[in-house]
Amino acid sequence: MLGKEIKILIGKEIQLELKQKYVLNGILLYLVSTIFVTYLAFDRIIDADTWNSLFWIILLFVAVNGISKSFVQESPARHLYYYTITSPQAILLSKVIYNLLLMTILSVLSFVFFLLLMGDMVVNIPLFLITLILGSLGLASILTMVAAIASRASNNFSLIAILSFPIVLPLLGTLMKVSKNALSASQWSGNYGFIVILLTINITVIVLAYLLFPYLWRD
Amino acid sequence: MNNDYQMPFLKHNWWKLLTGLLLLYAVIGGFGIAVSFEGMEVAAESMRNLFYHVGMWFGMLAMLITGFVYSLRYLKKFDEVEDIKAVEAVNVGLMFGFLGIFTGMIWANFTWGTPWVKDPKLNGAAVGLLIYLAYAILRGSIDEPHKRAKVAAIYNIFAFFLWIVLVIILPRLAGESIHPAGGNSSNTIMPMHLPPSMRFVFYPAMLGWVLLGFWIYKIRVRIRKIKLTIDNN
Repeated sequence: MLGKEIKILIGKEIQLELKQKYVLNGILLYLVSTIFVTYLAFDRIIDADTWNSLFWIILLFVAVNGISKSFVQESPARHLYYYTITSPQAILLSKVIYNLLLMTILSVLSFVFFLLLMGDMVVNIPLFLITLILGSLGLASILTMVAAIASRASNNFSLIAILSFPIVLPLLGTLMKVSKNALSASQWSGNYGFIVILLTINITVIVLAYLLFPYLWRD
Repeated sequence: MNNDYQMPFLKHNWWKLLTGLLLLYAVIGGFGIAVSFEGMEVAAESMRNLFYHVGMWFGMLAMLITGFVYSLRYLKKFDEVEDIKAVEAVNVGLMFGFLGIFTGMIWANFTWGTPWVKDPKLNGAAVGLLIYLAYAILRGSIDEPHKRAKVAAIYNIFAFFLWIVLVIILPRLAGESIHPAGGNSSNTIMPMHLPPSMRFVFYPAMLGWVLLGFWIYKIRVRIRKIKLTIDNN
């Protein structure tokens, strides 16, 4: 039942995105121009630390931009309609899964542009890709919940940034640590602990969001 | 006659008397006893700050946990008083947080030569302040009281968990920490490692600061409740 609802709702999200292509294109252009500006701002990225920090900071801003619209692009009247026909959990999970898809695409694209413009510094590519997936999931779930919270208040966009930046730090710090390892050495040992931390953070966030979202949804 | 009046006062407020005595003891003891600790020669006489700076951290933690509990209770009962308690606990927690950072900066300036170092414990405390300042902004941006209370409670619960996660994992990410307290770094000092004379001041001082936090919190809640009653009439 829940699975079927979520599937339909994700389909709706994708249709909505394809209908308003300018939003998606806007985020893609934001991503490309931010990376390009960074590329021009630095003469040459020489060390892996800078590469790593820039990559994740840019991805964080791209994520905030991409996900902030989650609960404001549709009218309150339509939200009321969804409220009557489906469960809050289905709404939340469909948004998280949809944003995960979006974030996966955006993070892989960022990675490709970074490889092109900032130089190829990743030694352990499979580990880096795992970090990207776990990071996409974490950013998608935290930011979806924060976007839902901020959608209840005025001054939505800057509110999402100030609410999410401090609480995204445990995730972002761990991501940066693992990806730094992926940039500096090819071995896997020593990274499993951090991957477990990432999984734990992701699960914690999703469980919390799953429990708290119904209160937020019932206005 | 007089006793009839005094008895209930002491019955309900004995802990306020205790707070005063404990803090008086912490000030007199803290400046009176000799402080020395092996491995912490760099701190010298500034070691006395232990009785005050560390108390700010415990006060902050106690207040933020209180705020978290009342946010949970608000989502269960939707009673405005629970929201008042949550927000005032957070406010007092923020005050302790700022005081903790200021006392820490004075101490750091003396021992490490700079008011701020890039250290997981300092950063964990600073991020806590950012989270709860954002909480205040979030409250400010919603006009309708019930909606404000609900949304703020949800953010408080969500953020508190992630802050605890951050405080736990930051030292692991950084590896070493220059800040000697808790955690797993090589220069860790736990209270039981202190010399007995310092422990005799340390534990009562910590209790005193936490109780002072609850005292301030109770007064602030009472003021807010009175305001609420006036507004409703």
